[in-house]
Amino acid sequence: MRHFAALFDDLDRTTSTNAKVERLEHYFRSVPPGDAAWALALLLGKRRRRLISGRRLREICQEATALPDWLFEACHSQVGDSAETVALLWPHPAPQATNEADSLEIWMAKRLPHLAALEPTAQAEAVRHCWATLTAGELLLVNKLLSGGFRVGVSTGLVTRGLARSAGLDEALLAHRLMGGFEPSAAAFQGLIAPAGEGEELSGRPYPFFLASPLEPGQLADTAPSDWQLEWKWDGIRGQLIQRSAGSSLWSRGEELINEAFPELINLASSLPQGTVLDGEVVVWHPEAEAPEPFANLQRRLGRKAPSKALQRECPAAFVAYDLLERKGVDVRTYPLRERRLWLEQLHQHWSATAPAELQSRLRLSPCQALSDWQGLEPLRLQARHSKAEGLMLKALNSPYLAGRRRGHWWKHKLEPLKLDAVLLYAQAGSGKRANLYTDYSFGLWNDAGELVTFAKAYSGLDDGEIRELDRWIRAHTRERFGPVRSVEPLQVFELAFEGLQASKRHKSGIAVRFPRISRWRRDKPAAEADSLASALALMEVRP
Amino acid sequence: MPLPADGLLTLTPQGLYCRAAQAWIDPWRPVPRALITHAHADHARAGCGEYWAIASSEGILRQRLGQDIRLLPVDYGQVLGIGDARVSFHSAGHVLGSAQIRLEAGAESWLVSGDYKRCPDPSCTPFEPVTADVFITEATFGLPIYRWQSGTEVARQIQTWWQQAPDRPSVLFAYAFGKAQRLLAELAAIGVEHEVLLHGAVHNLMASYREAGVAMPPTVPLGSLPRGASLAGRLLIAPPAAQRGTGMRQLAGAQTAFVSGWMAVRGARRRRGYGRGFVLSDHADWGGLVRTVQQSRAQQVYVTHGQSDVLARYLREVEGISAAPLAGHFEAERSGNEEQAEPS
Repeated sequence: MRHFAALFDDLDRTTSTNAKVERLEHYFRSVPPGDAAWALALLLGKRRRRLISGRRLREICQEATALPDWLFEACHSQVGDSAETVALLWPHPAPQATNEADSLEIWMAKRLPHLAALEPTAQAEAVRHCWATLTAGELLLVNKLLSGGFRVGVSTGLVTRGLARSAGLDEALLAHRLMGGFEPSAAAFQGLIAPAGEGEELSGRPYPFFLASPLEPGQLADTAPSDWQLEWKWDGIRGQLIQRSAGSSLWSRGEELINEAFPELINLASSLPQGTVLDGEVVVWHPEAEAPEPFANLQRRLGRKAPSKALQRECPAAFVAYDLLERKGVDVRTYPLRERRLWLEQLHQHWSATAPAELQSRLRLSPCQALSDWQGLEPLRLQARHSKAEGLMLKALNSPYLAGRRRGHWWKHKLEPLKLDAVLLYAQAGSGKRANLYTDYSFGLWNDAGELVTFAKAYSGLDDGEIRELDRWIRAHTRERFGPVRSVEPLQVFELAFEGLQASKRHKSGIAVRFPRISRWRRDKPAAEADSLASALALMEVRP
Repeated sequence: MPLPADGLLTLTPQGLYCRAAQAWIDPWRPVPRALITHAHADHARAGCGEYWAIASSEGILRQRLGQDIRLLPVDYGQVLGIGDARVSFHSAGHVLGSAQIRLEAGAESWLVSGDYKRCPDPSCTPFEPVTADVFITEATFGLPIYRWQSGTEVARQIQTWWQQAPDRPSVLFAYAFGKAQRLLAELAAIGVEHEVLLHGAVHNLMASYREAGVAMPPTVPLGSLPRGASLAGRLLIAPPAAQRGTGMRQLAGAQTAFVSGWMAVRGARRRRGYGRGFVLSDHADWGGLVRTVQQSRAQQVYVTHGQSDVLARYLREVEGISAAPLAGHFEAERSGNEEQAEPS
């Protein structure tokens, strides 16, 4: 625990990428495999199980202090995190780290689950007994592990790099081995860092996804449209469909196995030739329809363990394939897209000729769009709307299939978002990095009766300076406080951007918005000139 | 809550006013007579007819408000007759020359704390507990999450951090007046003798501290170094505003840290994008605020700045002391979100 606490502190205290990788490498080299396994799972964010709620930890701490409820609450709202509030208020932290020998594995596999399983009275005592042995820094860490809120500023990529260096392994190989999850144990960790083997068995695992970056138009200047494959950017979820001797599987981009939510796609996978891995988009698409359904209908299928027959009929899933990663059991990711596409089309053709009728509409090839010169790019992008797509993808025909986000090979070129000017009505302090800063905003539009009706919440889009300025303004123009929420004078207008609008009975405004964010602070615009619900409904006509 | 209209002190648009002394304490706008608790910009403003302040703050006050201001230097503990009031200044332990101001007339005595702290600080005289009927206290860090470690402990943390990076410069961002000199004095107290580099804004405030005989390591302004001089392994103290300014380009690759009481909360540090935060404040922590109120033996307490409503409620409900937040222009809300707000 002590080594991991030191790692956590050091990672938290530097903003340098190199320093973080070096520190990770050093940690993985110096601790036993059982500890390394748990550290890895925690750093990758794979173990965020809540053992004891933050609220309960606060109760347990409060019993040991003489502080009234409301004061605890006031502290929590300043800190923005229960685990840290307790660490700051706990009256008896140990002055020095103890138990040099105790391992992270024992804490994670035994001590913390044991605390969680106790009866309330015994639990309070045991937790306080545990806290009394910890320094303030360790206490924060243990509370974060208990409450499932452990996070530290390292990406999966950096963790993978640090571990790859400590084990002398190729980063890509390690990334692949890590795909699809990792159960923390010494044996699993040793398997993970074993030297690369011949015909390595990765049967169940998907490949790391290759991600596109937002298009920087200058990047196309020296190229011809014929160097690129253009496709629609589908509005579904990214998936990898796998058919290998070990079985069929469907993985989401979040590396989750989603077989159960999409039984019809698992049927589809088992009709593919052995040793096939397809990259594509999971969407809801009716067999006879020209275009897929809006994202909201796919959402009804996500997270369902066993979708009913009725739901499968109402919202039928399809896989829109756009890349081939494994062909006849061979990893073909290093071949250029030009060749992979050719193989994908051949595979689709053979499959169509033999697949049962009820599966035919389940697998669709993402069509390539033709473009003769760059002048045509913008008109083409606008057509995406008719195909119910989010925009265009541009993929270099000579690009290999890499891992993660590497700029230059694949670009996404999304449709311009929809925009409305709305009035700031409520604000709430954020948490974590944004604790004690009003950063969560609710916005309203005018209804026919001349009242502002809340229609969207947004958290992002302002820069740090604007956030601080708005925070000051909110504090000075508060009308009422409702717990952590303040209503403010309806004076500030913001341009909100979002990806779509849907009629919704669950919202007071009658409208649900997709991915709202602030695009501009309209200091020039008085609240009276903000948009109305009627104008929002008109936008809905344009892009349902 | 407003002050009673018939009290020794009242609140006017210019700030806290004592009719008996015909004087304002730390006024927000120009007035004929100002009693100044200390020389930070939100307490000492330009344009007043005369200033009464502790003698050791004279240099910095003149530097900031003008060389020709009419300034009447005062010693700690000296009882002054101003108008019909007896006025005395008592050490607040906040920065060099900082004071609490006690006013007495008729049977009434009031104490205005200004900014203060209770931890030892080798760069200024220690806080002196003072009693009065009514106490007006600040509450910048009025939450029990704020519990300070000693300056010595923080100086050791800084020394370790600095020594672990011999191959590049280390930059400490700290408020130019008060915090920067306290850092130097704390470092000297644990035996640091290396020359420390100072940003110009910090260097300009050193003379008063040197004159007052505060023990600090040797210092040199960054601007006086020859162009291209290696700064590897050097420690530089700069004000927070310099982080975005020019003239610090030679510090590319430096490790940076911010020194402030606000750094006690992880989110506050990460929001500012500093790698490291050292928790060192020139304000009283929660325990210091509560203890000071108790020691004042005041029957009525008013709380300004920061978490005024929280501290007042705690004093009422837990300590059984009559207390209320004092509304006014004591900074909208000192929340820790103000990079420019000088003293913390």
